[in-house]
Amino acid sequence: MAYLGRRRLGAIAGQGGTILVTLFGLLILTFVIGRVMPVDPVRAMVGEDATREVYEHVYQQLGFDRPMWQQFLYYLKDVATFNFGTSIRTGKPVLEDILYVLPATIELATFAILIGATLGVSMGVLAAVNKDRWPDHVVRVLSLAGHSMPIFWTGMIALLIFYAHFGWVGGSGRMDQFYIGLVPEQTGFLLIDSAMAGEWEIFRSAVNHIILPAALLGYSSSAYITRMTRSFMLDQINQEYITTARVKGLSNRQTIWRHAFGNIRVQLVTIVALAYGALLEGAVLIETVFAWPGFGQYLTSNLLIGDMNAVMTCVLIVGVIFITLNLLSDLLYRVFDPRTR
Amino acid sequence: MTDHPSDPILSVENLSIHYRGTPRPAVRNVSFTLGRERLGIVGESGSGKSTVGRALLRLLPTAEITADRMSFKGIDLLRASEKDMLHVRGAQMSMILQDPKFSLNPIQRCGDQITEAYLTHNKCPKREARARTLDMLEAVQIRDPERVYGLYPHEVSGGMGQRIMIAMMLLTNPSLVIADEPTSALDVTVRLQVLGILDALVRDKGIGLIMISHDLNLVRNFCDRVLIMYAGQVVESLKASELDNAQHPYSRGLLAAQPRIGGGRGTLPVLQRRPEWSEPVEASS
Repeated sequence: MAYLGRRRLGAIAGQGGTILVTLFGLLILTFVIGRVMPVDPVRAMVGEDATREVYEHVYQQLGFDRPMWQQFLYYLKDVATFNFGTSIRTGKPVLEDILYVLPATIELATFAILIGATLGVSMGVLAAVNKDRWPDHVVRVLSLAGHSMPIFWTGMIALLIFYAHFGWVGGSGRMDQFYIGLVPEQTGFLLIDSAMAGEWEIFRSAVNHIILPAALLGYSSSAYITRMTRSFMLDQINQEYITTARVKGLSNRQTIWRHAFGNIRVQLVTIVALAYGALLEGAVLIETVFAWPGFGQYLTSNLLIGDMNAVMTCVLIVGVIFITLNLLSDLLYRVFDPRTR
Repeated sequence: MTDHPSDPILSVENLSIHYRGTPRPAVRNVSFTLGRERLGIVGESGSGKSTVGRALLRLLPTAEITADRMSFKGIDLLRASEKDMLHVRGAQMSMILQDPKFSLNPIQRCGDQITEAYLTHNKCPKREARARTLDMLEAVQIRDPERVYGLYPHEVSGGMGQRIMIAMMLLTNPSLVIADEPTSALDVTVRLQVLGILDALVRDKGIGLIMISHDLNLVRNFCDRVLIMYAGQVVESLKASELDNAQHPYSRGLLAAQPRIGGGRGTLPVLQRRPEWSEPVEASS
């Protein structure tokens, strides 16, 4: 037992080391992005009409006259103290901006992945169990459609149908216009904040607004999840332990869910985590169509005008999101598969 | 049970199995009956012996199964619905698969997998099923059942895994067990031990056994009767004790191709496979 404990500790330490190295690499990357982008950060700050003296002054203030490695150390210090500078576009500290847009995206992405994973996994299992029969074909058409229809187009069509025509769901934005500013912001997650404040009307409005974009994002990310689930499942169905389960007298359904599904769970964790990561990166197109004040829009508009402080921070955050998701899926591996413990 | 040992529990007449999309049937006109005895089916790889075993349990979704008769304890296996089969499989007829490395679910505890076999056919508290599992583990000579119950398949040896498989398949007291190459994935040293355990339990509980194997000596020692299959057909059927008197040239070839301990080191004869043996034979023999 002591041996096992030591091995597990070793594994955790090893993982911690990997994360540190990855983080360091990520920091180097964002730093380099900040230097090689064809944007002059000093010019962007002082404006086109500034005098040479002002320019030189800011240049030195930002430390651009120092050697690279010193600049990098300063950058590390800034990141460690959560000082990401000011966004030129919004004029506010980048951190403040991000704390505003990120929760909106996390909310949307979480809803979307819940829908996408549920839909994708169940369609994938259905297709695998009915391989080459009609449910399989239907699922394949559906997932191909989800994969190939441009999301901004489906977004607009869905708005036309479900919002404009039927009025079943809310339109653009995170809630109805007249509720904006009524909820005290605590976590930035509108659903949580409104529930905490007991503002159930606002909560309902928020759900109404999130459901359509989340469903569309979920549908489009379910395409990949469906295909992978189907092939994972087909692999498992041909294994001998499935025959054992059938010999025991288990029905098809019991065999699939009690035995095969447990074995694809491990693989599913990886692809769902990846899909979730992609959603957290922000879905610019859907955010634009639905006027969703999210991370994708923020990153894109800052990238387009060369707001380097904001861009570097966004890239850093995307990296951290992926590292975190990887860590989480590694942990889930251990929960789901005794062989990795 | 009031069955007399010689009353057939399984009778098969002219069984043919054709996998869809293949040019010829994998099994043709196989007939045999089985009482509470031990029947060996031997033959080379691809001779159709495993296919016969799986067809009896109706585990071949991609195959066309035809027979004049395939009845098991009064149940018509050809016409039984899938729902009826769920009460046959595991409860009355079960199967021990070849390699415990693949035939046990890698992410479930061994004990839970055995218990599931019992709970599928018996309504009882989990505690009781667990107790039965522990007894059964002891019956297959596992020394520390409590510990083994909680192990995962990758934590047990091949011999132990196969004993777990035997425990799982015999726990429900079926009338017939099909053992599909039960020891060919095991080390030679544990083979006899595992076979001994299986043999003792089958005799003890009066369970009919079909032993599918390619090992003539194993079948000679552990079975009462032997069917020799070649190219999907039974070429010869005889008592295990009379195996050495086999008449069919293919059977004689199999026997002659065996090395003998203490025998000479000369080249063994090569097994002949004449095309005319694969031609359909009259079912009369």
